[in-house]
Amino acid sequence: MANTLKLEIVTPEAKTYSEDVEMVTLPGTEGELGIYPMHVPLMTQIVAGELCVLKDGQQHFFAVGEGFAEITGGRVAVLTDMAVNSDDIDEAKAEEARKRAEARQQEKLSEEEMATVTASLVHSLTQLEVKRRHRKS
Amino acid sequence: MASTRDLRRRIKSIKNTAQITKAMQMVAASKMRKAQQSALAGRPYAALMNSVLAEVTFHAGDFTHPLLETREIRKRGVILISTDRGLCGALNSNLMREALKFDKDTTVYVAAGRKAAQFVSRTKRQLAAEFSYKDTPLFGEARAISKFAQELFLTGQVDHVDVLYTNFISILSQRPEVRSLLPVGEIKGVVAGVGGEDRFTELFKGATEFLFEPGADQVLGNLLPHYLNFQVYQFLLEAKASEQSARMVAMKNATDNALQLIKDLTLEYNKMRQASITKELLEIATAQMALG
Repeated sequence: MANTLKLEIVTPEAKTYSEDVEMVTLPGTEGELGIYPMHVPLMTQIVAGELCVLKDGQQHFFAVGEGFAEITGGRVAVLTDMAVNSDDIDEAKAEEARKRAEARQQEKLSEEEMATVTASLVHSLTQLEVKRRHRKS
Repeated sequence: MASTRDLRRRIKSIKNTAQITKAMQMVAASKMRKAQQSALAGRPYAALMNSVLAEVTFHAGDFTHPLLETREIRKRGVILISTDRGLCGALNSNLMREALKFDKDTTVYVAAGRKAAQFVSRTKRQLAAEFSYKDTPLFGEARAISKFAQELFLTGQVDHVDVLYTNFISILSQRPEVRSLLPVGEIKGVVAGVGGEDRFTELFKGATEFLFEPGADQVLGNLLPHYLNFQVYQFLLEAKASEQSARMVAMKNATDNALQLIKDLTLEYNKMRQASITKELLEIATAQMALG
């Protein structure tokens, strides 16, 4: 039992992922964090980036947004505003979203709108980055 | 007694009403499906967020944050989440009945939705601010409300913030509920599940201490406002789902009633028509007999 972690990735839209995995790598604010089973209880903030999962000897990648991660021995709970499996990323769509967000950034916006636009820009940039990295390899 | 012409006119007008209510029912039904989906989709996130926060505050030791501070309640803030439009059955009146239970002199209201604002000004209570939200609530709208509430709390204008909203249970049942939002310290240990039944999460007791990265104050300082924003967002979603389902049910009842009424009136109209024809025939027959 002790050699797997229960990983849960939840976004406001849905519960994206909930599986037993061997290892998780999180994009923490202070750099990448590798989490193995029986890790010390840890609460951390994560930034937009790549989340790597090792399950049954295979690596899976996710593009995640900002959020929080809670690690308690056998469980990793990731709360984030975005989580997309790298296989599901549509590069053309993400690219389009990036362009749209950048165009919007040039307009005069209120503080609230600006925050929304910046968030969506970060989302599409992260998706693109993750996708591109894994296409080459 | 009404003439046949009056009856005809009535039937026609009821038919028009039935058409309108039927259309509204259809609109509400399609909006409801969307609102319901997003409300249900948000629940796991909210639940996980709750349990994470409960565990973290439990283990954070002597950490304090202005948002966690419990004060003596002198002034109370209530965020009242209602609908913008009527025609949704008893939803708003049930909600307002709950709202009346708060003490008039020591309560400040924050209205979300037009009906709530109208209610507060009609009952001459204190209104701090009015917010609006769309058919599909945006996170930004929730953030604005929650930010305002946090400011009220941090500046000491209120010592406690509650949220009064309609919880979506099923299409046929929505219940007005009060949940405390601030101070966050009160959620320690007990976790109120957003939506559905209250849930008590078992706290993780395996360790005495949590590690925080970068630091406890920084993580919690970011987590708490985010938690509140999201909480308010989830409340908005639930309220929206309730509103649409209540409206759909109300409109369905209205359509059914109208159709029943049309049926009754048509029967009466036909009877009356037949009676007048019979009467005319009789008259003709009598006249002929008298002549012949």
